[in-house]
Amino acid sequence: MALLQISEPGQTAAPHQHKLAAGIDLGTTNSLVATVRSGLAETLPDENGSHLLPSVVRYRLGLPPQVGEEARAALIEDPHNTISSVKRFMGRGLADICKGCSCSEYDFAESAGSDSSVPRIRTVAGDISPVEASAEILKTLKACAEKTLDGELTGVVITVPAYFDDAQRQATKDAAQLAGLTVLRLLNEPTAAAVAYGLDRESEGVHVVYDLGGGTFDISILRLNRGVFEVMSTAGNTALGGDDFDRTIAQWLAGQAGLGAEMTVHKMRALRAEACRAKEALSDVESVSVAVPRDDGSVWQGELDREQLNALIDPLIQKTLSPCRRALRDAGIELDEIEDVVMVGGSTRSPRVRERVGEFFHCEVLVDIDPDKVVAVGAAIQADVLVGNKPDDEMLLLDVIPLSLGIETMGGLVEKVIPRNATIPCAKAQDFTTFKDGQTALAVHVVQGERELVSDCRSLARFELRGIPPMAAGAARIRVTFQVDADGLLSVTAREQASGVESSVQVKPSYGLSDSEIEQMLRDSMAHAEEDVAARNLREMQVEARRAIEALESALASDAALLSADERTRLDAALEDLRAKAEGSDHLSIKQAIEALNIASDGFAARRMDAGIHAAMAGHKLEEFS
Amino acid sequence: MAISLTDAAAARIKTFLENRNSGYGLRLGVKTSGCSGMAYVLEFADQSEGDDTVFEDKGVKIIIDPKSLVYLDGTELDYAKEGLNEGFKFNNPNVKDSCGCGESFTV
Repeated sequence: MALLQISEPGQTAAPHQHKLAAGIDLGTTNSLVATVRSGLAETLPDENGSHLLPSVVRYRLGLPPQVGEEARAALIEDPHNTISSVKRFMGRGLADICKGCSCSEYDFAESAGSDSSVPRIRTVAGDISPVEASAEILKTLKACAEKTLDGELTGVVITVPAYFDDAQRQATKDAAQLAGLTVLRLLNEPTAAAVAYGLDRESEGVHVVYDLGGGTFDISILRLNRGVFEVMSTAGNTALGGDDFDRTIAQWLAGQAGLGAEMTVHKMRALRAEACRAKEALSDVESVSVAVPRDDGSVWQGELDREQLNALIDPLIQKTLSPCRRALRDAGIELDEIEDVVMVGGSTRSPRVRERVGEFFHCEVLVDIDPDKVVAVGAAIQADVLVGNKPDDEMLLLDVIPLSLGIETMGGLVEKVIPRNATIPCAKAQDFTTFKDGQTALAVHVVQGERELVSDCRSLARFELRGIPPMAAGAARIRVTFQVDADGLLSVTAREQASGVESSVQVKPSYGLSDSEIEQMLRDSMAHAEEDVAARNLREMQVEARRAIEALESALASDAALLSADERTRLDAALEDLRAKAEGSDHLSIKQAIEALNIASDGFAARRMDAGIHAAMAGHKLEEFS
Repeated sequence: MAISLTDAAAARIKTFLENRNSGYGLRLGVKTSGCSGMAYVLEFADQSEGDDTVFEDKGVKIIIDPKSLVYLDGTELDYAKEGLNEGFKFNNPNVKDSCGCGESFTV
């Protein structure tokens, strides 16, 4: 006999037609799955009764990967094959990861062969990409949910930090696809938390969501207006969280115990585990004893009290407050307008964090719902709505774009088309034009970021618009449309419309369809950002050189007779010099050669002009020209 | 003519109704569909209709329409846990046969 759940009035599903939906919080440290049953959203425990699945995957030779507690237990004994905090690597390039973390514990495979800058972690089971490791975690959650709900999941809502850019969101979607999940929507974690607290049923007002998880920090300012949630602004730091607390405490422990800077991966992890244990214990007690094994086999015994802990983590908490200020400024909100602050993420269990955040916002700090579960619960509620188990979709969530989206214009500058914190879904169009006479193609380079130079932003995609009818520079009108769907994912189209002729637009879908395309996208971005700009300078100069050479050659072909032999020799020399330099890679020397050629040909140009006018006027009376 | 609840079922229904913040009681019923003739209906009820019969057991109101009552009379509603799954179970004395999964039945 099947076990039944209570439905909303009129929503009873036909047998075997249940629409099962789940919310997944794919966290840096822990992941959870939650669902709504009989109108109640709960996180689902696994066979051992544990709700939190450690986001750790251990790869083994010839055996299926282990996920969760077993894998976490193996972190110390088998560090190279055990991947933790993989979320930090999602959608990021190798250079980016090395920059963010000075002491990365993984053996990243060289990009040889796959010529890719997407990091692959070398394990006994082969090179593993972050997307693949995340998919293993999702598969485990999926299996748990399907066993619990006794059926296949129709769809899931997966939460991501509000600060995730498009590549990171896409990587998350890819991981879900790899795990065999249908993603109904990606939801910003803070938004999910607000839903879990039922703030949508509260009075109208401004709410702040402070989410300090294992690896990421997010701050979101939400306004509830006539039953509609609007995310007014988001800010955060994708590389700040409880892991950093642990690292700081571990460093302090190492210092106290007199350990050298040189440490094996093994030792570092053991030290971190001890730091984490001490930190968690200090949420409840004033002082905790710590033990660190020394190199010589002896054990250092010490004491860590809350005051010392506070001193250690205060600088990190302080680092969370500047994004808070930024979010307030973006939202145009004064402190006294804020109703409450929702605390999310395990690190907000720390009494010091609660104290400092309460002080900063001068208001009540909400901590009633388990801060580890609150995001998954909100995601489950949203999934339940999206899959169609609710009679009326009363909940309307408006999300925002975390980073401005724009395209590259002449000179490597970014023209922002959609500004940061615009609500999604949205579409914006902007007109661009051609730079040269007779230009028939336009390269569109889509970038994301707040900086002014393309080199400082993130490259998302490139494509070309071809078939523009030849016309004078600046005459063509090319409308570039940016469209962001409800998941925060982007599509860009370019259309030439000045002539009224539909021109064919060829968009190479480098935007997030397959893994290899994402890799390509990443390779284009961080690794070669600077080279791109230098290459662009050079290319622009080479184009200019070619134009000058062609112009002079056509002039010589028709009017060589105007030159003396001596002049001709000098001009040919300058022309040769420019030809040679244009092949080189120094854009400044090309520029000088172009200038030299211009000077050398000045007299010739003037004489051609005179000759042209003479030819036009010869045989005509003066009156004919007046 | 009666419908009853086990203690476990009554407790869960109360929890769910409280969580929902509104609702008059629980509507039970049957509808013709499914692989074996009839399927159960289990829904929150915001009101009772004119023809409905309302039972009250262990502080929970159970609302049934007259057509369904014929098929459900004598049923005990239980809340059970099977492995990781948990949910409501109809112990219906009228059932002659049910499909393999038990989601639908014949009388």
